[in-house]
Amino acid sequence: MNELLTVLKKNVREYGMYIALAVIMAVFTILSNGLFISSRNIANLLNQTGYIAVLAVGMTLVIVIRHIDLSVGFLSGFLGAVAAIALTQWNWPVWLTILLVLLLGTIAGLVTAFPVAQLGIPAFVASLAGWLIYRGALMLVTAATGTIIVPNESFNAIGNGYIPDLFASASFLPNVHKTTLLLGAVAIVLFIIGQISDRRRKLQYNFEVLSTGLFTAKLLFISVVLGFITWILAGYNGMSWTVVIMVAVVLVYYFITQRTVIGRHIYAVGGNPEAAELSGIDVKRITMAVFASMGFLAALSGILFTARLKSATPQAGQLFEMDAIAASYIGGVSAAGGIGSVTGSLVGALVYMSLMNGMNLLGTDISLQYIIRGLVLLFAVIFDVMTRKRKS
Amino acid sequence: MSDNILEMRHITKTFPGVRALNDVNFVVRRGEIHCLVGENGAGKSTLMKVLSGVYPHTEFEGEIILNGKKVAFSGIHDSEKAGIGIIYQELALVPEMMVYENLMLGHEIRRGITIDTPEMIRKAEELLKRVRLSVNPSAKIKDLGIGKQQLVEIAKALSRNVSLLILDEPTAALNEDDCENLLDILRLLKSQGVTCIMISHKLKEVLEIAETITVLRDGQTICTLDRQKDEVNEQVLIKHMVGRSIENIYPPRTTKPSDEILLEVHNWSAFDVNLGRQVLNNVNFHVRKGEVVGLSGLVGSGRTELARSLFGNPDGYITTGEMIFKGKKQVFRHPRHAIRAGLAYATEDRKRNGLVLIQSIQHNISLANLQGVSKNGIVNEELDKQNAVNFVRSLSIKTPGIHQLVMNLSGGNQQKVSVAKWLFVGPDLLIFDEPTRGIDVGAKYEIYTIINDLVAKGMSILMISSELPEILGMSDRIYVVANGTITGELDAKTATQEAVMRLATQY
Repeated sequence: MNELLTVLKKNVREYGMYIALAVIMAVFTILSNGLFISSRNIANLLNQTGYIAVLAVGMTLVIVIRHIDLSVGFLSGFLGAVAAIALTQWNWPVWLTILLVLLLGTIAGLVTAFPVAQLGIPAFVASLAGWLIYRGALMLVTAATGTIIVPNESFNAIGNGYIPDLFASASFLPNVHKTTLLLGAVAIVLFIIGQISDRRRKLQYNFEVLSTGLFTAKLLFISVVLGFITWILAGYNGMSWTVVIMVAVVLVYYFITQRTVIGRHIYAVGGNPEAAELSGIDVKRITMAVFASMGFLAALSGILFTARLKSATPQAGQLFEMDAIAASYIGGVSAAGGIGSVTGSLVGALVYMSLMNGMNLLGTDISLQYIIRGLVLLFAVIFDVMTRKRKS
Repeated sequence: MSDNILEMRHITKTFPGVRALNDVNFVVRRGEIHCLVGENGAGKSTLMKVLSGVYPHTEFEGEIILNGKKVAFSGIHDSEKAGIGIIYQELALVPEMMVYENLMLGHEIRRGITIDTPEMIRKAEELLKRVRLSVNPSAKIKDLGIGKQQLVEIAKALSRNVSLLILDEPTAALNEDDCENLLDILRLLKSQGVTCIMISHKLKEVLEIAETITVLRDGQTICTLDRQKDEVNEQVLIKHMVGRSIENIYPPRTTKPSDEILLEVHNWSAFDVNLGRQVLNNVNFHVRKGEVVGLSGLVGSGRTELARSLFGNPDGYITTGEMIFKGKKQVFRHPRHAIRAGLAYATEDRKRNGLVLIQSIQHNISLANLQGVSKNGIVNEELDKQNAVNFVRSLSIKTPGIHQLVMNLSGGNQQKVSVAKWLFVGPDLLIFDEPTRGIDVGAKYEIYTIINDLVAKGMSILMISSELPEILGMSDRIYVVANGTITGELDAKTATQEAVMRLATQY
């Protein structure tokens, strides 16, 4: 018990986020008489989170290297409209449309990065210019048609569809999505194996680790939570394509940031750009790469959002960038640079969207919703700064 | 009333896991210049932070008696009000603002709701006169040299009516001239009745100025020496600081440089586009394999500019001239090209641009050579950790583990991490800018030993240093830089400090 307390105290920042998420979910569950935690609503919540979480992952890296990208909201709206036009007016196949949009997004990221990396223009200004330009571009392409309805079933499945149940059976758990259960089980097993091998490695180098008892308890706890989420999802339509994409993005970015050379370089540039440059790291190239990834993810976010609405509207993407920035900060990214994780920003996005979803369920007035979201963001950042101070 | 302006009694200050100060007693007499010496991590800065209220009175044990009265500060404002002024190593001036604005920052003189500029300038002139600094009060701070900035900082403290002035390594970044000047100013302040506490690593200047010297070691007071009563010299101080006497400050080198020339630089010039001035002018020099070449010169003479212009030119100077490295004509357009070719540069300011302080020892060590621990762009954690463990062991970096953040290490251990980073790259030539700046005597000796080991293995070192004894003690040959050009070459065996100084001041 003593160890548990010290561990909690030491990692209050990291665990605080999870605790906050759990508390928010519990409160809304109680206030909504269980409606919040219902299978249908959780599935809905995760689908809502998708396009913001994807942006937040990219934004986290941008903030880690001490920049900001305000252009991504309208960029994702604009690229969503481009996708809609490609599908409905040019009659392009879905795969080609997606490829085009992702490519355009990556190029747009590079265009934003160029003045920042090569000419030293503050990212705030460069991306503010992008914000204006993409807003205009979105209005321009939707001017003739207004909202563009996308009738394409397979494209819309990205935002609304669920993975097929490969093991559908009328006799064994008939109303449960078996493929989702299986995926959940695989995830739990992989998680446990990963944790155990990680712990063994840490022990080898005399890192501080949890005691065996507490470690087992932690594994058990997280496995139960994962299992519970899986069970809830499996009880509705199973796992949605949005969740699959979101989890894939987080996993890929987690791998890149934690295990690759370029990931190390990104954090070094964020931690001390001058030292990074003098250690032989091409800071300009890293900056270009991080913004390009942001643009790519903005395009992905645009696809998710357009597919979810089954249409592209002239207002799409409005304030997405602010939501993503808020989610990143709630997820623990440091404005001073060099600190922040993509898993953190996923949890940040979940916290943020849970608030929105929960308040909508309760019928909270929209004006009050904004105020509460603002207060939560403020509290999260204050909490972050306080815990960091105490550590050092 | 006693003649002690300050008595700190039984001060104990603990951080999680460390006892930084352990029952420290520290007494300062009114009107004296009192030096506080000790190795890095001995607790000097912590003690001064306790005194100035950075650590509020609730966070330590013991009592502080100022002017015969017990005081309890909750913050730096309280200590300022009580007449204590503290000047940190890193200056707290606003570079873009003018001298007088900086002097009166937070204490602006007002007339009604507007600022009374003429009165402020008049007051500023008065203050500048007290530190004998003749600069225009309307000059911008960034246009002043570091030595003058230091004096502005002191004048600023004086404007707050300090009776006890604390200086934390005021001369660390100053050249010899500015050091002398600063010491003169301290004597002047003493004559005006200001008591000074100075922390310093430079024992020579301590002996020059101090009337009383307190030595701290491992968070404890070792002794307080009175210059009038006690026999005090450098050897004695070092003995108290490290708890043993160091016979040789510079370990002897057994190997000789080979005849093979590794680096040749001909007519090397560099123009700084941002400053719009020539920073290097027709520099010619060479470095042999297995040789330690000292690059001496005053701060601002162009030593660091020379190193950086050769090492991939990160400042974007326009360079002309020829550089032949390992027999090949080279121009490196980015540090990574230089590193790949076998040239490394350890910066003079490891905190600012040498290390990523918020990252672990492990990540810092492999930063410049991640290819060495990765395959297809994926880092092999095992290899990376093993590599870090090996360096921590071979350079005896004092740390609980390789996951420790570099910002939590002492200066000497940080410098070793910086060395490890470059050793892992395995360069042929290491440009070592101020290898022992701000690190304690024991760690210095270790760095010197490492340098000797490296040249024994055939590596060459180009050592930039402001400390003349170090240049003389460690180099095989010495080049002296002044005003962006090399003013002379000396054989270290026969060179004297005076000879180097003469060349360094040649304009």
